[in-house]
Amino acid sequence: MSLDKIGIAKRIAQEIEDGMYINLGIGIPTLVANYIPDELNVVLQSENGLLGIGSFPTEENVDADLINAGKQTITMRPGSVLFNSSESFGMIRGGHVDLTILGAMEVSENGDIANWKIPGKMVKGMGGAMDLVASAKNIIVAMQHTSRDGESKLLKKCSLPITGLQCVKKIITDLAVIEVRQGGGFQLLERAPGVSVEEIKNATEGELHIDGDIPEMKIN
Amino acid sequence: MIDKRVKNAEEAVKDIPDNAVLMLGGFGLCGIPENAIQALLQTGVKGLTCISNNAGVDDFGIGLLLKTRQVKKMISSYVGENAEFERQLLQGELEVDLIPQGTLAERVRAGGAGIPAFFTPAGYGTEVAEGKETREFEGKMYLMEEWLRADFSLVKAWKGDTAGNLIFKGTARNFNPMMAAAGKITIAEVEELVPAGELDPNEIHTPGIYVQRIFQGVNYEKRIEQRTVRS
Repeated sequence: MSLDKIGIAKRIAQEIEDGMYINLGIGIPTLVANYIPDELNVVLQSENGLLGIGSFPTEENVDADLINAGKQTITMRPGSVLFNSSESFGMIRGGHVDLTILGAMEVSENGDIANWKIPGKMVKGMGGAMDLVASAKNIIVAMQHTSRDGESKLLKKCSLPITGLQCVKKIITDLAVIEVRQGGGFQLLERAPGVSVEEIKNATEGELHIDGDIPEMKIN
Repeated sequence: MIDKRVKNAEEAVKDIPDNAVLMLGGFGLCGIPENAIQALLQTGVKGLTCISNNAGVDDFGIGLLLKTRQVKKMISSYVGENAEFERQLLQGELEVDLIPQGTLAERVRAGGAGIPAFFTPAGYGTEVAEGKETREFEGKMYLMEEWLRADFSLVKAWKGDTAGNLIFKGTARNFNPMMAAAGKITIAEVEELVPAGELDPNEIHTPGIYVQRIFQGVNYEKRIEQRTVRS
């Protein structure tokens, strides 16, 4: 059984360590916040100018002046701090954010990522994605392994316009946990419960390295 | 103290001419100069270049100025919430320059701080880098980006005083402080305007030196794009 979005979010949450400052992108990455273990102290950054994103507000606490990068209303956790957009991207570009989790349309076997534009179809803009991928110390991509048409999204080379070069470290999909190897190539680390190595191989266009027995992901 | 007060939005924007380059603060619909945008609809000024992180939604924010065809060009990082925008863009009726959000913020900051250009890694190896100077520093590649400045900056703050000092609230700060500094004439609208001396100098985010005109706005709608609540 391949994982649903919540399953992917739960598996990504296992990558989070105590004391991290983390930027979560829109989509599956936003869901990760719900599965970070309570005993870990982490701070979530919102690139529109907040460290310390809290839960969604109750109806009576909704504040139009307090939103996340996905424009959703939020609250602040104790110890939060607000700042302007230049400062926000200064902390991103300066390498102060420990972990960036974001979605992608395509990832190549040397760690290139494409997630901002489909020529002739989608012209929304890159938002903060190019700044994040150019500077983050550690980037994990959350995505479906294949497109709706069944085409692999883990490629030898990205076909869509690039967001950043050689930046993705790890990819967590509905089928597998995959690391981008130093010097290129996808290394299979874990498979989703009940998913065979063969299925993952067939869904991966780029070069997939498989060493020994591949364990199943452990998801609660 | 120099008194920067003007009567209202109409008076503040009345001399903005056709083809002016504007900066408008805000992230999504959060912290946008609602009153100044309404006043621009009234003056009917045309051919505007708008530097703003987003382009509003179809019926609010900069989206209103797009609908009336007052905008010639947008310089933004993300415009995904606006169908009219997308239509004008695909029809070739609107010029658009899409740039990474951090680069946009820093180009505006540089404009206000007198730095004509800087190097950033964002966009290296992408179509954003086309035609731009690149350079290697300590083994990593960077591209050169130039400052942005505006004829008029339209910003929105929570509180302000008659000397033009501004305090923002929550994530409504976003691009407003840098844009205030990068405008030749900066027009600040505030929810609460107080006499100079009433704001604590320790708490001021934007010094009044950057602000030429200030007024207390009216009828703030503060529309929410994604009202998300916990059950």
